Amino acid sequence: MSILLSNISKKFGKFSALNQINLEIPEGELVALLGPSGCGKTTLLRIIAGLEQADEGRVLLSGEDKTEQHVSHRGIGFVFQHYALFRHMTVFDNIAFGLRVKPKKQRPSETEIAKKVHALLELVQLDWLHDRFPDQLSGGQRQRIALARALAVEPSVLLLDEPFGALDASVRKDLRQWLRSLHHELNVTSIFVTHDQEEAMEVASQVVVLNHGRIEQQGAPSDIYDHPANAFVSKFIGQTNIFALAHHDTQWLQTTGLEIADNQQEQIAHVRPHDIDIQKALSDDSAQAILKDWQHLGALIRIELVKNLPDHSEATVYAEMPNEQFKQLQLNKGDKVSLRIRNAHWFH
Amino acid sequence: MNAITNIPPTKAPSLQQALHDPVWIRGLLTVVAVGFIMLFLCLPLAIVMFEAFAKGWDAYGEALVQPDAQAAIRLTLLTALATVPLNTVFGVSAAWAITRFEFVGKSLLTTLIDLPFSVSPVISGLIFVLMFGAQGWFGAWLSAHDIKIIFAVPGIMLATLFITFPFVARELIPLMQEMGSEEEEAALSLGASGWQMFWQITLPNIKWALLYGVLLCNARAMGEFGAVSVVSGHIRGMTNTLPLHVEVSYNEYDFVGAFASASILAGLAIVTLILKSALEWQQGKH
Amino acid sequence: MRQSYIMPGFRPTLGFTLLYLGLVVLIPLSTLVFTSFKLSWDQYLAIITHDRVLASFRVSFVTALIAALIASFFGFIIAWVLVRYPFPGKRILDALIDLPFALPTAVAGIVLATIYQPSGLIGKLLMGSFGIQIAYKPLGIVVALIFISLPFVVRTVEPVLQEFDSSMEEAASSLGASRLQVFINIIFPNIFPALLTGFALAFARGVGEYGSVIFIAGNLPYVSEIVPLMIITKLEQYDIPGATAIALTMLTLSFILLLVINLLQHWVRKRSGQL
Repeated sequence: MSILLSNISKKFGKFSALNQINLEIPEGELVALLGPSGCGKTTLLRIIAGLEQADEGRVLLSGEDKTEQHVSHRGIGFVFQHYALFRHMTVFDNIAFGLRVKPKKQRPSETEIAKKVHALLELVQLDWLHDRFPDQLSGGQRQRIALARALAVEPSVLLLDEPFGALDASVRKDLRQWLRSLHHELNVTSIFVTHDQEEAMEVASQVVVLNHGRIEQQGAPSDIYDHPANAFVSKFIGQTNIFALAHHDTQWLQTTGLEIADNQQEQIAHVRPHDIDIQKALSDDSAQAILKDWQHLGALIRIELVKNLPDHSEATVYAEMPNEQFKQLQLNKGDKVSLRIRNAHWFH
Repeated sequence: MNAITNIPPTKAPSLQQALHDPVWIRGLLTVVAVGFIMLFLCLPLAIVMFEAFAKGWDAYGEALVQPDAQAAIRLTLLTALATVPLNTVFGVSAAWAITRFEFVGKSLLTTLIDLPFSVSPVISGLIFVLMFGAQGWFGAWLSAHDIKIIFAVPGIMLATLFITFPFVARELIPLMQEMGSEEEEAALSLGASGWQMFWQITLPNIKWALLYGVLLCNARAMGEFGAVSVVSGHIRGMTNTLPLHVEVSYNEYDFVGAFASASILAGLAIVTLILKSALEWQQGKH
Repeated sequence: MRQSYIMPGFRPTLGFTLLYLGLVVLIPLSTLVFTSFKLSWDQYLAIITHDRVLASFRVSFVTALIAALIASFFGFIIAWVLVRYPFPGKRILDALIDLPFALPTAVAGIVLATIYQPSGLIGKLLMGSFGIQIAYKPLGIVVALIFISLPFVVRTVEPVLQEFDSSMEEAASSLGASRLQVFINIIFPNIFPALLTGFALAFARGVGEYGSVIFIAGNLPYVSEIVPLMIITKLEQYDIPGATAIALTMLTLSFILLLVINLLQHWVRKRSGQL
C-alpha cells in the first residue's frame, strides 16, 4: 500500500515537532526514517499510525484519506520501541489478540486463530516459545514476537519504532538481516524509525533523513551517501572531514587536488575519509601533513593527520584505507605525508 | 607500567569494611528498633487479645452475640459494602483521566483528590452536619420531608465516603503514570475497542494495585471512628458501627464487650496487613 | 510520558471524577467556609481567643509536635535497621509497621489507655518506679500520637534508604571518609527531605487525630483537651457557629503548615541538589 503525507505539521506546546512534511512512499518499499533524537521521526511514524493527530496535513494510505480515522481501524501494524507486549498474556495470546478483538462477524474461529498464530510463530522462527510469557523472553525474541503480533492482523502497512534500539549489538546485526529478508518475503510497505545511519543504510530500500522536523533528503541509501543534499545529511551519514575555506589554508587545499573556483559560492567542503589518499611525502611536495596516529577499524585503518593552519592552530584530517595498503606505505608516527583529495561535496 | 606497580599500597581501610557499621552500632540500633516496635506495636496488639479473653471464651462469645454488637457488625459491613465500590469506580476513573490525558488544572485535581487525607476526621464529620444537620443547609427541607441523614445510616456512609475517598485513586495514579500507555496503544493499533482494551489490557495490569487500594479503603471504611462518631448520634443497635460500639462499651466499663469488639477490628487489621504484604510481594514479583 | 489523543474515555472519566469530587469532597468542605460567613469577625475572634479554645490549640499542636519529633527519631532508626541490617523475623516486623494505619483508632485508643493507665501494664511500672503518670495527662496524648505517627515516618524514609545509591558511600569511603563522616555528609543529607516529609505527615495527622487520643487523654479542659474534642463538645452543645469557627481555624492552620513544610522541603531539596 502506498503512503502519501501532505503538509503534515505538529506542535507540542511551543515546540514544533514536524514542519510541513511532504512524503510519498511507493508500495512495497522498506523505508527508514533517519535522524538525530528529537528530529520528529517517531512523531511522524505515530501520525502515520494514527497514534498521534497532526495539527495540519493529511495522511493518505493507498490514495484513501485516513487522517481522521482512529488507529484501531487504519489497518496498520505498529511495533513499539519497547515492544509493548502484553505482559500478562502468553506469546500465543499476544499474537492472537488482534484476531480475538475483531467484531464477532469477522472474527476467525479459535482453530483458525491457532493455525494462524502458529504460522506466524514459524515465520519468526519462535514456535517453541508459544506458551512463554514476555518476561521469559530475550530482547531479540520479544522483538520478533512483537512483529508477529503486528502481522497477525494482516496490516497493509508495517510501522516499526526504533526496532533495534533496545537490543545488544550482536543481536541487532542478525535482526537487521532478518528484517530485510522478511520484508522481501512479505512485501508489505514498511517504515522504521532509527537514529543509526548504518542501520538505515543496511536495511532500508529508501532512506528519509529528518532534522528539526523537516525532511532533509529522501532517496536510496547509495544516493544519499554519494550525493548528500546538504551539509547536515553529509555529516549525519558517515564520517566526513570538513574544510571551511574561511578558516583553512586554501592554497594548501588546492595542492591536495581540491578544486576551488574563484568567487565560488560554496565555502565548505566535505570530504569522506576514504576519499583521501596518502603517501610518504617527497621533500618538494607541498600538500603535506604530519601523521599523528592511526586506529584499526577491522579491515580499514583510520589515519589521523595534523596540519598547521595559518593562524597557528592545528587541523586534524582523517583518512581511511585498507589495512594492506597502509602496511605497504611503511609509515611511522611523526612522518610527513602528502595528501590527495579525490572527491568532495561543497556546501554553503 | 612498572612505575605504577612499584608504588607501595596505601593504608586505606578495606572498602567492604568501611561500608559496614561496627557490630556494636548494629546491635544497639537493632535492639532499639525492635524494642520500639515491640513496645508500641506488638504489645497493644497482644493486650487487645488478652483483654478480650480476660474473662474466658464464654464471656467473649456472649459479648459478640448480643444484639447491639451484632447490629454494629452488620452496619459496619453495610457501610463498607456501600462506600468501597463507589470509591473504587471513582479511583479507576480519576486515575484514567489523570494519567492518560493532558488537561489544564491536572495537578490541582491531583492535589484535591488527596484533600480528605489532610482534614481531621472530626471536621470530616462536621461538614456533613453543617449540610444535613437540623441547623444545616438542607436541615429544614430534610425534616419537612422526614428524611434523616445525620444521626442515621446515610450520614455514616457519607462521612465514610469522604474519609476513604482518595485511597484507590492514589494507589493507581503513580502506577499508571509509570506504566505508560504503550500496551494500551498496541491493543488499539491491533483493532481493540476502548472497552476491550480496558478489560483485557489495562485492568489485568493494574489489578494488584487496585486490590491494594481497595484493601486499604476497606480497612479504613470499617475502622473509621472520628468522622462517623460526629454524624452517628450513637444510637445503640441503630447507628453504632463497630468502632463506635467499642467506644460505648468501654465508656460503660464493659471492658470485655469493648475488647471483644476491638479484637474483631484488630483481626481485620491483621488480615489487612497480611493481604497487604502478600500483594506487595505479588507486585514485586511482576 | 507521551500522552495520546487516541485513548478513549476522556470526557466520561474526567466528568465523573469532577462530579464525584464536587459532591463528596468540595461541596461538603465548602459548608465550613460558608457557615462561618454567618459570624462577624468579632464573634469569630471571641470564639477562637477563648482561653479554653486557645489552650486546646496549644495542647494539640505541642503534643503533635513532640510526638512527630520522637516518631521521626525512632522511625528513622527503624527504617535504617529494616533496610540495612538482616535479622530473623524482619519481614514480619516490617509488615507490622503499618498496624497503626490498619488498626481502627478507637481500638488503639482503648488499648493504649489500658496499658498506660496507672493500674495498667506499663502505667504501673512507670508510676511505681519513677512516679510518672502517662494516661490522663498530656503525656498520654503524646504516646497515642507517637503510635499514630510512626508509620508515616518509616514508610517515607524506607524507600529512599532502599534506593539510596550505595556507590556514593563507596566513593566517600574510597576518598578516605570515616563511617561517621559518610553518614553525616553523604547519607543524611540525601535522606533528610524524606524524613522531613514523614515528619510533616505525622505532625499534620497528629494535630487532627481524635480516636486514639480521647481515651488516654483524660480530656481535662485547659490541660489535656484537644481541638477535635473541642469541636465535638461545641457540637454537642448545639453551638454550631463555635464548632465551625474552630474547625475552620484548624483546617486553615494545617493547610498553612503543609504549605510551609512543602516550601521548606522544596528549599531543602534545592540546597541538596535533588531538584
